[in-house]
Formats: sequence, C-alpha cells, structure tokens
Amino acid sequence: MTADARAEDLLRSLAPQVLGALVRRYGHFDACEDAVQEALLAAARQWPQEGLPESPRGWLITVASRRLADHWRSEEARRHREEAVAALEPPPGETPDRDDTLTLLFLCCHPALSAPSQLALTLRAVGGLTTAEIAHAFLVPESTMAQRISRAKQRIRAAGARFDLPHETERAERLRVVLQVLYLIFNEGYTASAGPDLQRTDLTAEAIRLTRELHRLMPEDGETTGLLALMLLTDARRPARTRTDGSLVPLAEQDRAAWDRAAIKEGTDLVAATLPHAVPGPYQLQAAIAAVHDEAERAEDTDWLQILGLYGLLERFAPGPMVTLNRAVALAMVDGPLAGLALLAELDDTLRGHHRLDAVRAHLLEQAGDPEAARTAYRAAARRTTSLPERRYLESRAARLGRPSGE
Amino acid sequence: MKYLLMIYMNPAVFESLSEAEQNAVMAEHDAFQKPIRESGELVGFAALADPSTSRTVRVREGVPAVTDGPYVEAKEFLAGYYVVDCETPERAEELAAQLPDARLTAIEVRAVMESGGLEM
Repeated sequence: MTADARAEDLLRSLAPQVLGALVRRYGHFDACEDAVQEALLAAARQWPQEGLPESPRGWLITVASRRLADHWRSEEARRHREEAVAALEPPPGETPDRDDTLTLLFLCCHPALSAPSQLALTLRAVGGLTTAEIAHAFLVPESTMAQRISRAKQRIRAAGARFDLPHETERAERLRVVLQVLYLIFNEGYTASAGPDLQRTDLTAEAIRLTRELHRLMPEDGETTGLLALMLLTDARRPARTRTDGSLVPLAEQDRAAWDRAAIKEGTDLVAATLPHAVPGPYQLQAAIAAVHDEAERAEDTDWLQILGLYGLLERFAPGPMVTLNRAVALAMVDGPLAGLALLAELDDTLRGHHRLDAVRAHLLEQAGDPEAARTAYRAAARRTTSLPERRYLESRAARLGRPSGE
Repeated sequence: MKYLLMIYMNPAVFESLSEAEQNAVMAEHDAFQKPIRESGELVGFAALADPSTSRTVRVREGVPAVTDGPYVEAKEFLAGYYVVDCETPERAEELAAQLPDARLTAIEVRAVMESGGLEM
C-alpha cells in the first residue's frame, strides 16, 4: 500500500470518530459535518507532503473545531456562539468513544430521509468520502449530490434528531434501516463494477469496511454478522463475474478458481459461527445460500437441495416475489425445469412485466427444451431490463437459440 | 434510478396560447426546478432548439451525408428534457405530471439504462 493510500485509509477510519467527537461537544450535526469535511480535505492535501501528525485524530479535531469556529464567527447572527466555541479548546489525546460510529450511523440512516439521502449522508459522514467522490459514484453532478446532502442534514434537524443512540425499542427498527443502507451502498458498487469506473468498486470496499465496523460494535447481532458474511461471499465472486469487455458471466459459467478464497473462508466462518445461535433473519439466510454456492468446487457440485431448503426458510421470514422467484430456480435444479415453471406461474400477477421473471422463465424454458418460447421470453426480458450488460447477456442468449421461423 | 422526462411539443398547440399563457408555461418550468434542485433529484435539463435547425448525419459505405431537418418528421418533436434521479418510477411520473407541457401535449418518461447488472 502506498503512503497516500495509507493516509486515505486512516482518514476514512478517523472520519466518524472526529465527527462524533465534534457533534458530542458542540451539537449542530450539519455544521460539524461541513467542518469535518474541510478538515479531511486539508489532511488529504497536507499529510502526504508534511508526513502524518503525531496524533492524526487530535489534529483533525483541532482543525475541524477551528473551521467550525471560523464558520460561526463569519455568521453575524450567530455571533453569540463565538465565545462559547472559542473557549472550548479540544483536550489533547481524548480517548475515543467506541459508540460514536454507531451513533453516527443511526443518525445518518434516520427514517425521515429518503434512501438515496441516507446513502449519501452515510458515505460522507461515516465513510469520510467527499461529495465529489459520492457524486461520481452515483453518476450525478456534484451540485446535485451537494444539494441532496445538505437537504438531508436539514431534514434530520427538522425531525428533531439528537446525537444519542435511540431507545432499545427504536434501536432494532433503526438497525434494520442501517443494515439496509449498508447493503444498498454495497449493491450500488457491486452491480456497477462492470464499468471501467473503479470508483464504484470502492463503494463495495467501503460498505464492507463500515459493516465490519458495525459488526465490531455489535458482535452479538446475528443479522449484522449475516450481512457482513453476505457481502464477503458475494464480493468474493467479483473477479469472475465479468469478462474483460464488461459483459456478465452467469454464476454457473464463472471461473471458480478466480474467486477470492480468503473472503469465502471469512464469510463461511461467520455463517457457521452465527447460524446455530442467532435468531435467523434474511441476511443470515442469504449469506448461508451464498456460502453453499461458493463452497461448490464446480457449478454442478452445488447442493441445490440445501439451497432450496434455505429459500423455503427465507420465504417464511421475509416473504416476497423475488424470494419466490429464486426458490423457483432452486426447485428447477432439484425437481426439474417443469416444477420451476409451475411455481413461476404463481408470480404472473405480482411480477408481471418485471424482466427478472421473464429472464428466469426463459432459462427454464430453454432447459425444458422449448427454444421457441425461451427465445420469446429472453427477448421480453432484454427489452424490459434497464441494465445494459444484462440486456446484452439476454440478447445473446436469445440469439444463441437461432432465429424464429419467418423472421 | 434516473429517468428522462421528454417534453414533446406541438407548435400548433403552443402557438394557440396567448403570450401571457406562453410566459406562464416558462414560469412554471422555473417553479418546477426549484424543489427538485433542492431535494437533489434534478440531474440535468436542456431546452432544445427548433428542429428546423437540425442536421441529420448518415454514413453509408464510409461516406458521411448531412441533410437539413430532423430524422423523424412528425407534427410533434422533442423540445427539451429533464434528467431526474428518483426513488421510484411513480415519483418520476408525479414529476412529469407537474410539467405544464403535460397539460398541453405529453411528457414521455423513460428509464435511463445503467452500466451495471446482476450475474444472472
């Protein structure tokens, strides 16, 4: 790792601690967040040239506090706060409060915010990414992302959020949102890693880093462990899931030698350690399914019976048409494509017009030996997907089945 | 998910409006932009010049040929667009319904393709 990358890593991990310390001391999440961003930028400029300060955390807190004071000083209407802030010199070497990262995560994933805003705010406040980096990752102009973040901060203030861990009862509900946001960040990076844009791969790394941190703070929570395992087991396949031209490689055709063995081991260990004790939840079950896939040496060795059982459980804990769709795939592998197709028929109302239903039906029709119907379904799926690599993949499957008579 | 809101214009419809009504349409566009700019949903927008200014380029057997006028000849033409980043398709439709042109002609809402995909 280069010195620059080390400094960057350090900044990312210090960002939530510094922000936590400031918000705890001064309140005003929005102003503190701006000040921390400025301090991070200053550090990113100065540290590579001048070397790391003795206490990077203390350095950041001091610089951010000064920026905060400058900011308040420059606002005429807030002059009365100036003395109060100026009097508060940051105490050197204060011990880090372990819960600050968690508190920040809960705050950024405030239910009053829309999902895109939760994502953006989490990446900035907890992940330490700059607005420009986040805007780049989500393919929107920086001004758009800046507005989204500033509006998000206004909203949590308007919702009366305080910098405290929510009550026990609210905490479980908020944790669910936190996990969802982390998973969304991961997926945003994972489903986009096909492009030439490396920044989005950074998002998966960031999501894993933040989930790891959350797992460190709440090791006893089964779903947090499950989510971390799910991310590791999914990300492990990244080197094999795209060809050099960016096209998608289906799971069954991936070169399993290219999978990240260390990530798979860590993921499966987490699943094995958690599943027997914790109350099973959707992330743990999905992680268990991913583990079964990843443990098979060859695609044909996949233990589909076990996967079918796990999807059955998942359907009980978190029912939804997408879960049923995946169970139909597993059922087809165990009992044959006709059984899978029969189950798909139940989804015609709930998933009508969804490209995933057409795509799965196409695969099963192809396996069942009905190329004509399979081609029609592949074409329908290709027309409906909004993912370019997916569309190319589906079109190539349709083309492989030949031209329909009369075309 | 990003959506393109395509504003289709029919000059006959627009010209039937009084000048005050035409100005009101433009003012509505300004009013439309403010809240979605603040929410961060607005990604970009452009008003396009009249299709009479269009030039259409074709390359046949390596030879480019440029002709005056639009590719598709129709009474209605694309007069401008917004790109919005919305949480649901319903929200994109809601925004389209707020555009004054939706009352005069129609707004076409189309999802923007993404560069990523799931392994299928």
